Amino acid sequence: MKKTLRIFTLSIILILISLQFGFTLIPKPDKGKIQINFKHVVGNDVLKLDSTHYKNELGQGYTISKFKYYIGKIHLKNTKGKDFISKDYFLINEDEDLSKQINISDIPNGTYTSIHFILGVDSLHNCSGAQSGALDPLNAMFWAWNTGYVFLKLEGNSSFSKSPGGMFEYHIGGYKQPTNCIRQINIDLSLTPLIINSKTSQVNLKCDASELLKTPTPIDFSVLSSVTDLKNAELIANNYSDMFSILTTNNEK
Amino acid sequence: MKSKKRYVSFFLCVIIITLLSFRNDPTKKITTKDVTFTNPKGFPKPNYNFENNQLTVEKFMLGKNLFYDNILSKDNTVNCGTCHQQFAAFAHIDHKLSHGIYAKIGTRNVPALQNLIWKDSYMWDGGVNNLEVQPINPITNPIEMDESIANVLIKLKRDSTYVSLFKKAWKDSIINSERLLKSLAQFTGLLISSNSRYDKFINKKDTFSLSEKNGLKLFRSKCANCHAEPLFTDNSYRNNGIKIDTSLKDMGRGKVTGIEKDNQTFKVPSLRNVEMTYPYMHDGRFKNLQQVVNHYSSPSNFSTNADLSLKKIGELTMLEKTDLIAFLKTLTDKSFIFDKRFADPYIRYN
Repeated sequence: MKKTLRIFTLSIILILISLQFGFTLIPKPDKGKIQINFKHVVGNDVLKLDSTHYKNELGQGYTISKFKYYIGKIHLKNTKGKDFISKDYFLINEDEDLSKQINISDIPNGTYTSIHFILGVDSLHNCSGAQSGALDPLNAMFWAWNTGYVFLKLEGNSSFSKSPGGMFEYHIGGYKQPTNCIRQINIDLSLTPLIINSKTSQVNLKCDASELLKTPTPIDFSVLSSVTDLKNAELIANNYSDMFSILTTNNEK
Repeated sequence: MKSKKRYVSFFLCVIIITLLSFRNDPTKKITTKDVTFTNPKGFPKPNYNFENNQLTVEKFMLGKNLFYDNILSKDNTVNCGTCHQQFAAFAHIDHKLSHGIYAKIGTRNVPALQNLIWKDSYMWDGGVNNLEVQPINPITNPIEMDESIANVLIKLKRDSTYVSLFKKAWKDSIINSERLLKSLAQFTGLLISSNSRYDKFINKKDTFSLSEKNGLKLFRSKCANCHAEPLFTDNSYRNNGIKIDTSLKDMGRGKVTGIEKDNQTFKVPSLRNVEMTYPYMHDGRFKNLQQVVNHYSSPSNFSTNADLSLKKIGELTMLEKTDLIAFLKTLTDKSFIFDKRFADPYIRYN
């Protein structure tokens, strides 16, 4: 009786030890995560809604009250040619801090030398009917009468604007010819490569809202204070195509 | 013996009451077979095929309840069925321009709702690209239902009937815009008219009178260029020769595309059930089919930017007009207009 009890205890201990080994022997996951942080600025200043006064290229003063936009089709290019593509869309909104930090998981370990995404929503998702999440029409980034997502909204005030209350509104959308405002954004990371190694690495991007009013077409608030349909939309889209740049990457090892 | 008799009569009563209750609730009769999509013979492949919105009895019923429920409007006074009446093939019979909330008058004639899944866009100007997102327009338009989707969702979440209908349909308690719109699309998508006398004639199950036969022949040579069979529309946008209503100044398709040549063009409507969908044209200016046919056979009255294909029609004789209208009436589909699956569930038949 005693013997069987001893054998029993011994086997339990053995099992526990082997389990212990088993756990440590589980290989590290070969996938990691990234967190992309969007830092909104206006030229050299931090973007602050409804307070800071900025100046456009023509020296006209303005404040910003709303700044939000869609990004999607995030594509990471790997040194080994094993690219990663995310199918999700994200709505980045200056007014919601959490929205400026997006998390993507299941990214294969490796070194990534560039990040690509679109500003806007591709034609497939503009034609897919009712959707939820970032693409829920309740996010007020959707035109119902002429179906399509508003890719970007920039609103604010300037004493130079001739709209009521001196406001300016740029609501930019349009996913098909002749007005296509989807812009491909390419960010080179070769100087600051992104290394994924089973953990969470960070990419810190700068998004300069003043670029919308700058190149190639400087916006004069007294001439163009409202773009809310397809007219003049591409003019603004061409301006926003260069508003993103890389700040830093933070590789957790 | 006496107790046995009582037993039998008791059961008879139960059976009769059960049968009566079924009769009183037409919704009970809808089965999976009723919400199955089969492509009508001779119809092309639909643009919206329910692939990403699998049809179920529960979702269809939810969509139907929503379609006929005033809850979609700001002050709970109007529903989709107010302007889209089944007996008029879901157009608004005898109303030139749409009537909305607070007795407001819209700017366009209510179109019929039928065979929507074969369309590639919606509204007279084609501004809407998917059946599912179409209802956002009437719900939020200040002169139609003047409500917001967010508010509709709040009202639905407060209503115990809808909480249970959504749960039955979608298997959990989430009520969101996607589910609201997809349920509505199951109802509107199944509004299919393909069983008119014309269809029976084409499938050799009915005969036409001489006048109807002549009308069909005439139709094919004069009208089918735009009103192409079997849907009786080619889904294009055209200027049908009527002069602009200067009080409405409706630019139609041009407003959506911003392209000048699209100004004052409108989607070619289907002619199925055309007998029931009067008045006619995007602004409802013609009271009856006679006036419509008179318009198309009076080239001298056409607007300057009329579609070129109109010129081929030429002037029609009285007899030709009569034959043409006789044919157009064969497009009436009684089985669609009286289909119980699509009837207002809030009306109780006693």
